[in-house]
This record gives sequence, C-alpha cells and structure tokens, in this order.
Amino acid sequence: MTGWRHDTAGSRIDRARTVSFTFDGAEMTGFAGDTPASALLASGTRVLGRSFKYHRPRGLWGMGGEEPNAIFDVTEDSVTTPNIRATTEPLREGMALHSVNTAPDAARDRAGVLDVFDRFLPAGFYYKTFMAPNWMRWEPMIRRMAGLGRLDPAQQPPADTPQVNGHCDLLIIGAGPAGLAAARAAARAGREVWLIDEADEIGGSLRWRGGEIDGGDWRDFAHDTKQAVTEAGGRILTGTTLWGAFDHGLFAAWERRADAPDRHWRIRARDTVLAAGAIERPMWFGNNDLPGIMSAEAALHYLELYGAVAGRRILLATANDASYPVAAALAGAGCTVTIADARATAPDPPEGATVLKDAPITRARGRPSVAAAEVAGRWIDADTILVSGGYTPSVHLHCQAGGKLDWNAAVDALVPRPGTSALNVAGAANGSFGLARALEEGHAAGGGTGTPPQAASGDLQLAAIRPDPAQPGRQWVDPQNDVTLKDVRIAEQEGYRSVEHLKRYTTLGMATDQGRSANFAGLAAMAALTGRSIPETGTTTYRPPFSPVPLGVIAGPRRGELFNAPRRLALEALHKAQTASFREYGGWLRPAVHGGGDETDLAQLEARTARETVGLYDASPLGKIEVIGPGAAELLDYCGYVRLSTLKPGRARYGFMLNETGIVHDDGVVFRLSADRFIVSASSSHAASVRMMLEEARQDVFAPDRSFIHDVTAGFVTLTVTGPRARDLLRAAGIPDTVCDDTTLPHMSVTETTWNNRALRVARVSFTGDRSYELTVAARDGPALHAALDTARAEVDGRWIGMEAVMILRAEKGFILVGKDTDGLTMPHDLGWTGPRDKRTDEYLGRRSLFTPEANREDRRQLVGLATTNDTPLPTGAHLVPPEGTRRSLGFVTSSYFSPTLNRPVALALLEGGRALAGRDIGVFHMGETTRARVCTTCALDPEWERLHA
Amino acid sequence: MQVFTCPFCGPRDETEFHFAAEAGKERPQPAEETSDADWADYLYFNDAPRGPAREVWVHVTCGEFFLMTRDTVTRAVSEVAPLPGRGE
Repeated sequence: MTGWRHDTAGSRIDRARTVSFTFDGAEMTGFAGDTPASALLASGTRVLGRSFKYHRPRGLWGMGGEEPNAIFDVTEDSVTTPNIRATTEPLREGMALHSVNTAPDAARDRAGVLDVFDRFLPAGFYYKTFMAPNWMRWEPMIRRMAGLGRLDPAQQPPADTPQVNGHCDLLIIGAGPAGLAAARAAARAGREVWLIDEADEIGGSLRWRGGEIDGGDWRDFAHDTKQAVTEAGGRILTGTTLWGAFDHGLFAAWERRADAPDRHWRIRARDTVLAAGAIERPMWFGNNDLPGIMSAEAALHYLELYGAVAGRRILLATANDASYPVAAALAGAGCTVTIADARATAPDPPEGATVLKDAPITRARGRPSVAAAEVAGRWIDADTILVSGGYTPSVHLHCQAGGKLDWNAAVDALVPRPGTSALNVAGAANGSFGLARALEEGHAAGGGTGTPPQAASGDLQLAAIRPDPAQPGRQWVDPQNDVTLKDVRIAEQEGYRSVEHLKRYTTLGMATDQGRSANFAGLAAMAALTGRSIPETGTTTYRPPFSPVPLGVIAGPRRGELFNAPRRLALEALHKAQTASFREYGGWLRPAVHGGGDETDLAQLEARTARETVGLYDASPLGKIEVIGPGAAELLDYCGYVRLSTLKPGRARYGFMLNETGIVHDDGVVFRLSADRFIVSASSSHAASVRMMLEEARQDVFAPDRSFIHDVTAGFVTLTVTGPRARDLLRAAGIPDTVCDDTTLPHMSVTETTWNNRALRVARVSFTGDRSYELTVAARDGPALHAALDTARAEVDGRWIGMEAVMILRAEKGFILVGKDTDGLTMPHDLGWTGPRDKRTDEYLGRRSLFTPEANREDRRQLVGLATTNDTPLPTGAHLVPPEGTRRSLGFVTSSYFSPTLNRPVALALLEGGRALAGRDIGVFHMGETTRARVCTTCALDPEWERLHA
Repeated sequence: MQVFTCPFCGPRDETEFHFAAEAGKERPQPAEETSDADWADYLYFNDAPRGPAREVWVHVTCGEFFLMTRDTVTRAVSEVAPLPGRGE
C-alpha cells in the first residue's frame, strides 16, 4: 500500500462525487473523473495482474494504450467485457474489475510458482516441447494458464455501433500542442478541420505538463483553437481512437460515448496531420517488471489529472531533462524524490529533490512490490521507482500508411522520413520534442503563415539508454508477453536475427499493447547482440489497429441476420403462413420443409406427394436475365455451350455456360420469347456471375449496342407446379386453357398470356421429371397467384414443398446442381453432354479448352449414379475407392438421398472414368469404413421420361 | 478501402468493383488453331507486375467494364478510361 491521493491536486476528478467499485472482490472507492487505473493507484493497490507466462505479479506501468499490465475483465449489469485497459476506461459506479490470467486473484495467484521454473521456460520452449502427437494433450492446460481475459459466450453485446462515413478538409490526429497549433492555423485560414484525440479532452501532454503559450495559460490557447475549429465548420472528436490508416487515405476511428452507443468512423480527408506525440520508454535492469516501477511521465499524469500519487519514497531513474519537472511536481506534492541520472552531467535538482549523477540503475528488489533499487553499486530504499528511458515517437499511422523511418541520433529514435506517406507528421511524433518545437511544427503543418505560437522551452537533452544483455538478473523487454533479454539472446543464438523472426520466435511485441514499450528494446538488444546499428536492424511492420478495438465496433450492425444477409422471397410471409421453415440456399432464404416434426420425414412426405399428386414451390430465385436486341442470338451462341440461335420463338432449351477454361460455370434453361428477346434462366446462386459473363462478352467481344442485358430476377415471382395432377390444379386455378393444352404448350416451351388481367408467363420445363409448369408474374401479382394456386391445391390433394423435397426429386432424375454435382474441373462431356463439343464448328466461350490433352483424358471424373442395397443413403462427400487393392480416391459422392418413390437410396457421384464402369461395384470409403455401391446411370426414376407427359 | 473511379459513375468504394482481366491480353484467334501451350499461356499466365499495371475492371453496380491503370505497390490509380469505342 504505497500510492495515495493528494489533498488538492487533480484537474479531472470531482471530489464531491465518489464512485464505488470492486477489484478482485474488494470494495473500493474513487472519484467521478477517475479511471480504474488512477483510482487503484490512489488506493495503494499495487498488484493488478499476473504476467502471461511466469505469472509474476504486475502493477501499473503507463497511462494509455501502451499499458501492458493493468488489464481487467469488467462486469457491469451482469455483463462481463474482457480485457479492458484500466488506463483508458472511465471509472463507473458499480464496476466489478477482475484481474486477468489469475486464480483466484492477482494478489494470491496459485500459478505464481511457475516463476521459479523460469529457466525451463525460455523462448521457443513451447515450439520445441509441445509437438504432435502429444500437443493435443497439453493444449487445454496451456490455454487455461496462459492468455488474458475470459470470454463469456452468453454475452452478446448489442449490434448498435453506428458506422459513419466522414469527409473533411484537414484531419488532425492528436490534440496535443502540435495538433492544436495545426488546427488553429488551418481553421483560421477557413479550412474544415477535424481534430481527433484518444483522451476525453484536448491538450495532450499540456494537461499534465502544463505550459504557457503566447504568454497565457495553455488552456486559453486550447479554448481559442476549439472556437476557431468550430467556427470554420470543423469538428472536435475526443475520446476517439484513430486506430488504422488504410488504402487510398481511409482512416478508421472508434469514438467512445458515455450515454450513447459507441460510433465507428470511416474518415477521408484531403490532408492529414499526424501529431500523435511520443511514448515514454522503460529502462532495463534486473527485476524491472516489479509492481511499483512506473513510467515517470505516467506518474506526473496521475498526479496532475487525478491527484493520484505513485508512492512516497520515490527513486526517479532517467537520462533526460524531461524527467526533472516530474521530480519537481512529486517533491512539491510531498514525496521524497531521489533522481538517479545515468548522465555524468545533469541539471541541478529541483527544490525538494536530490540528484545522483553518473548513477545508472542496475537492479530492483522487493516482494511483491518494489522496496529498493541498486544504483551505481549501492542499494537505495524506495517504495516506487519511476523510469524514463527516453521517448519513442508514435509513428504507427505514418508507417501503416506506407511511410518509412529514419534514425535520428540526436533524439535517439526512429522518426518519419519526410514524403514517404501522405501524412504530414508534426511535433513529438516527428521526434521534435519540447513545447516550442511542437507549436512551430504544428503551425507549419496546418498551413500557418507568420509567427507560430510562442513558448519558452529548449530542445530535449537526453542520453541514450540501452538494454545491456551482459547485465545480471532478469530484465523484461516485453512485460505483457513475458519476454526477457535472455529470450532475445536465445533467439539471436538460434539464428532468429531479423526483427520479424525475433518477434515471432519470442512473441516480443505481439501483445495487446502492440509492443509500444517493448519493440524498441527488442530491436536495440538485437542490434547490440549482432553488432549492428538500430537502423540496420530495422523494425517490424506496423499494422492496424493502433490500439485494441472491440470487433463489435468494427462490425457495427453487420452481424447475425445482417452479416452477409441472404436475399428474401417476396412471398416469404405467405410461405410462413403455410408453416414453412426457412434456410439459406445459394444466397436466398427459402422454405426447407413445411409443418412441424422431423425434417427428414417431412421432406420424404413432400417429395412423395409431388410424385403422387402435385407439389408447389417458390422458384422465384431462378435467374431471369433478359437478353434483348438484334445481337442477342449471336451473343448467347458465343456464351453458351449449346447453340441458341436455332431455338424457335416460344421454345426453351437446356444448356451450359462454360468459362474460358472449359469448366461448367452454370446450367439452366434459355427461353426465346421472340426473335430478339431471350430469357436466361440461370441457377439461383449463379445469376449474378452469369450476368457479368454475358456483359463481358457483350462489351468486349461484340458490337455492344446490338444487345442489351437486364437482370430482372427480383422483379418477378415464379411459382412452380409439378406432378401428375399439375394440369388439374392449373385448371382449377383458372389458368387459361392454352396453357393446359399440350399442343399449344408442349414440354420445353414458353408462352406469355394473361390471367385475371395480369401478365403471366408460363414455361413448361421440369426440374423434377414430372409434368411441370413455371408460372411467372410481376412481384406485385405474386400474392394473388399464390392464393389462387393454394385454393386449387386442396382440390388435387397437393402440397407446398420445400427445397429439401425438390433436392430429392431432382436427384431421382439425375438432374445436377452446378457446384454440388460438379467441381472446378468438370467439363460438359464429363456430364455426358458431348453433342456441341462433337458437332459445333463455330466459336464459343471455353471451346478451345475442351480439346486439350487434359480434356481428352480417359480417366476424367464423370458423373454417374450409384445404387446401394443398403437402406441408408450413402454419405455425401464419401470417397469412391477401388473395390480391391490399394485405396486411393477415384472421386466422391456429390448428392445422396432416400427416394420415397423408389423406396431406396439414390446417389450421384463424380468418378474417374465412371461411365465405363456402369454395372460394376465400387468401394465407398467414409470415416474409416468401406462399403460397396454399384455404378449405374444418373437417372434412377422413369428413364423413359413418360412422367413428363403424364 | 480503395476508391476507384468508374468512368461512367464516378468515384465509388472498391467493394463495388471486380477485377476482370489484364488489359491488352488478346484472345488467340482463331482459338482452334492455337497450340495447347499458347492457349494455356493465354489462360493461366499473367504478368502480375510490381508497379504500374493496366487492367480491365468492372463496376458491378452499373455493369460497365473499363480500363484502369494503377500501381500495385502504392495502390495509386493513375488513369481510368472506357473500353475502346465506348463511352462517347
């Protein structure tokens, strides 16, 4: 218990309003305005979690998204959200915080004993130890012990994040001094500026470091800027994380809102200024991961914003001048402060603090939290160690946008190389430290002319601090993923010297802090071990997100039903009234079966009824692509396997569309309504791609103005009536006699007529092998047609049937579904359609590919039927194997159903050289067992095709 | 998310577009007199250049195919144009 709350400090908190919360079950209080991190710091709680691998106690390190340790599962209103960063979330009444990766809690974690075995758990241990075949046994245990928060499967956060597209003239990322100066300059020039900051107020580091700008308090400057931005039509988004830079200048931002759902922004800007600041580096010494060791900048942040003081006896280890104001503030707050400056020449200590020069820190000790530090060979008692190993510019978004980095030795950091990304980088993100430099660069980046805002500050004086792999003790490089300097050494010894290999072998920088405090040390250590410079060693690739973003924010409402939403039938409600249950078929939500009970039984009943009397189903998803114009016939000849220019008006023809490699892309019926008007009835799931293939040929092969292609699928309702009593049903429904007369409308023909003064198109094509009529009306007339057919249905004992029954009916006849009964190698002659290949002499899409050596092979997989003496259908997907001898796959079962009409299973399959094997037995291998089936023709029912005319 | 400019509809999100073909790649004619090797070359071998690439894309929403010159490294689009003879 060392942290405490100062009596007066803290610009963010409202001491009049206390907030109650719990941490690992203990009751605690904070103030309105606190974060969980500041409230816990002020409460004196030190151990906030356990490390990923060794289960070492860990405490608060930082103040923002770089925080590697203070990560909690948060329960509010009985909903648990995992892995919330204590530093970036506002504290709310009733919050229950649970440390992650601990059992039972952070203070008493049982697995802490693991730390004793650390030398047996070096980098690569996992890869070398937990390998097949035993890996499966270890995995559940490892998964339980490692990792962070627990997902609660019952928690389904609402899909209520609005997705907003935003456009602005100038996007400024970061509202610190550089961002403010840029915003003010641009807004005063009349530009529409969007100023975005992760914190819930503007000011950046000014909020805790303070400062005078143009002779006044920085708050006046910030206020003026805000006013200028608003007056120029701009916008200020606080509490908003700009988490990713994407192609063509797209930026994604997550806006957190207290009283409304969070918002997800997709922003495009004419220009962008990156003023994201810099993040303080840790230092590397023995036990540098102990609770109570904290970033110096963060300690100042907590003191000034929340009045939360890190400790009482403070050792501040540094090698730069920026730490001295921190020491001054803490000494002013009543702490005993000793500065251990690694430099030989250091500034004079501020009042109330002492300074040790040439005093690098080498070790810390204490259990569970820090008690003393070894500085220049002597132990100094301290309840808190603050460290500042320099600053790393936040260049992530510059690099995500394709930018490169240069080494700047003066500031000991990698800084953006000008002109390598579309972002204009200013201030600390550019390696330009100090208030005056930030204001100057920001002013210029905002297009400001004249004198930039003035502040009295010099350049940052610093000495480089480097991890020393030769030092004794365990030095943490990545506290969240438990990577130590020793692990970097092992990686180097084993040849993983590239930073990308180092990252993957040791998991360095792969944690949720995205390596913000770890990556620099990792690459500096690797540089030291390999005798290369830091720029020679390079950096890993920066990828979005900059900070962890909930997936729900990115997904927004695109979840559940709205994720890849299926298309819906115009008559869905009417089918529901007929007790249909729905499922997705080829991107459409369609009735599967009707009524309650076992689905297999219902499908059998529906299929049998369709064979005995009549079945009705909604075939609206069938593609209806109109091809119109004097060039229509030649276009379709070229795009189809079967010639269509010879088709007579009023007639229909079945055919295939191939792609240029000769593979069957789709099958379907084409109707010719008149000399220059066709309808391509593409299969439901291929209508969109068929339209595109037709368009490509129309625009790129033919005179484009001689034909026109129009996909009208969604504008019509098609109801199919199939079965021996189909004609009786149509008559009962008042469909014109010409439709029911086989001389005026024979099989494979189409007619346009009227019914009750409504346009009606009737096609006689059959996907079941029975007499069938496809009745098509405009979508608005669908309900009337549905009602008329449904009334007539009762007179003939018919049924509405779902797609499950349709699948049985078509498989009984050997009718294929392209993509189910064919694969990416199937050519039309593999399906038995050899006519056009043998006879057509004109050119068509894919023709040349049907005559390659590959296409001529004898052992191509061909479509066959399979018969079995078993009562159970063959498993779909089962491999066909030689009945004797060595097992190898000769093909597979593509469709398999029990036929209620034949009272036996029927199946279709693709089989090597299959047609020559008719009448022979073949092995069917599935889940380790081989059964037998007999190869037969694809058409199992009514091979004489008598039912079509019955 | 890239923004492509359809010569007919203007700038739109990349999700509205599909790649169609490498521009200038001619279908061997007459195809039946083309050797197996040349045909396979036409079907399966693309330049996939690193840097500027000239490609045919389709704006699925309006159905128009068009030419686009873009840089496969920087993703910058330098030119869009209707197919020859189109768009007057």
